[in-house]
Amino acid sequence: MTAVGRSRLAPADWRPSCPVATLRERGRLLAEIRGFFAARDVLEVQTPALGRRTVLDPALDSIATRDGRYLQTSPEYHMKRLLAAGAPSIYQIGPAFRDGEAGRWHNPEFTILEWYRVGFDAPALMAEVAALVDSLLGHAPYGSVACADLLRERFGIDIDNTEALIELGSTLGLDEPTLDEALDLALAEALSSRAESRVFVTGFPAALAALARVGDEGSAERFELIVEGVEVANGYHELTDAAELAARMEADVERRRVLGKTGPAPDEALLAAHQHGLPDCAGVAMGLDRLLMLKVGATSLAEVMAFSWDRA
Amino acid sequence: MANYSTNEFRPGLKVMLEGDPCSILDSEFVKPGKGQAFTRVKLRNLITGRVWDRTYRSGESLPAADVLETEMEFLYDDGEFWHFMKTDGSFEQVAASASTVGDAKDWLLAQEACSVTLWNNEPISVTPPNFVELAVARTDPGLRGDTAQGGVKPAELATGATVRVPLFIEIGDVLRVDTRSGEYVSRVKS
Repeated sequence: MTAVGRSRLAPADWRPSCPVATLRERGRLLAEIRGFFAARDVLEVQTPALGRRTVLDPALDSIATRDGRYLQTSPEYHMKRLLAAGAPSIYQIGPAFRDGEAGRWHNPEFTILEWYRVGFDAPALMAEVAALVDSLLGHAPYGSVACADLLRERFGIDIDNTEALIELGSTLGLDEPTLDEALDLALAEALSSRAESRVFVTGFPAALAALARVGDEGSAERFELIVEGVEVANGYHELTDAAELAARMEADVERRRVLGKTGPAPDEALLAAHQHGLPDCAGVAMGLDRLLMLKVGATSLAEVMAFSWDRA
Repeated sequence: MANYSTNEFRPGLKVMLEGDPCSILDSEFVKPGKGQAFTRVKLRNLITGRVWDRTYRSGESLPAADVLETEMEFLYDDGEFWHFMKTDGSFEQVAASASTVGDAKDWLLAQEACSVTLWNNEPISVTPPNFVELAVARTDPGLRGDTAQGGVKPAELATGATVRVPLFIEIGDVLRVDTRSGEYVSRVKS
């Protein structure tokens, strides 16, 4: 846990961090989202916030409880078990937890909207994401750019040019960056300076596939939606191959070990669900608090949360 | 001294970087996509005044800098060093070089208070009060009746600094001056 949580609250901080008007906006947003999915016959589900396993991605840290369970960083694993058990297209709105992520655009506890569409691929789901965002924030045009083009246009660097990427990472202020770090920083920097207000990023390198399937051309079938420079959604044409899932989990365990991070064993229930058979589907997670920020023109998450991390 | 971790970074925090004390101006947590988390920091080097941009991995830390901003009274300058005394009753004195005092020397009058930044008890910068009152030592004769024209002329103050003043200002007048802009504010006493 971060030290922030242990500090004492000043008496004046009993008040909510957002105004009452924003509570109304949040209530409306939730109602609109439920209406959107009801009209499309997507079923609302609820899965546990606490599980005995959690994500192994070395970039995500879960909050553990005393009895060795973990607050889920997203409902992904439980929702995929529902899909494997025969659930139709499903969505969920609920809390997600990521240790140490606190800042203007981050809160260790936040509200996630995650949904899975059986039979969809990435482009079909991107179209639905755009339709939802249009209905919540109003219509705007959507751009689309592949990671490689993003780097070429912004920095004139080839995504396969390891040396140039690492040098760019140093230029962006990081001491002795690794290739992964340099790539993350370069993509973030390139995105924050794009002119379009809404842009889908596609063509992620296989190393950043997470649980997306990797296409024939070697890039991941993964997309992110950036609205006004901020990531609001991250989606995959989901990996269904159980053997490939097992291999990626083992690779993540190894990457965690190298970083000196402890963590749970790979989620055997998720693996068993894949062995039973995950239907061909696409899924996406959306940060609802960020969406609300953009809707009301707030400059920090605290302004749209009833009680932000420093007041909870 | 202690170390500060990235999650403790906030504006005003004094840290050591490349051997120099720095003040954090801005700190932002960034986490692109599903990648690693970084903290982007803007720092002012307190020695050179230059602003640096740095990026740290989450959990990295910087050593704290023993930097203290303290109110002191300016005593005198001996041509090489400017001498200041603590106003906390300790009568402790420090001497600052001309380069440390910098432009602040234009506004320092003996027995007046100013702010001195100490690093490991050595002065690294001197900040005069935002407003000072100084007498005019030299200026061209005032032109009566011309006040409505809004004309200006140079006037040399007791500290040697030159400011642009209205035409009616005369030698011996005490002026209020904004030290941040170096501009005349008003005449306090004629």
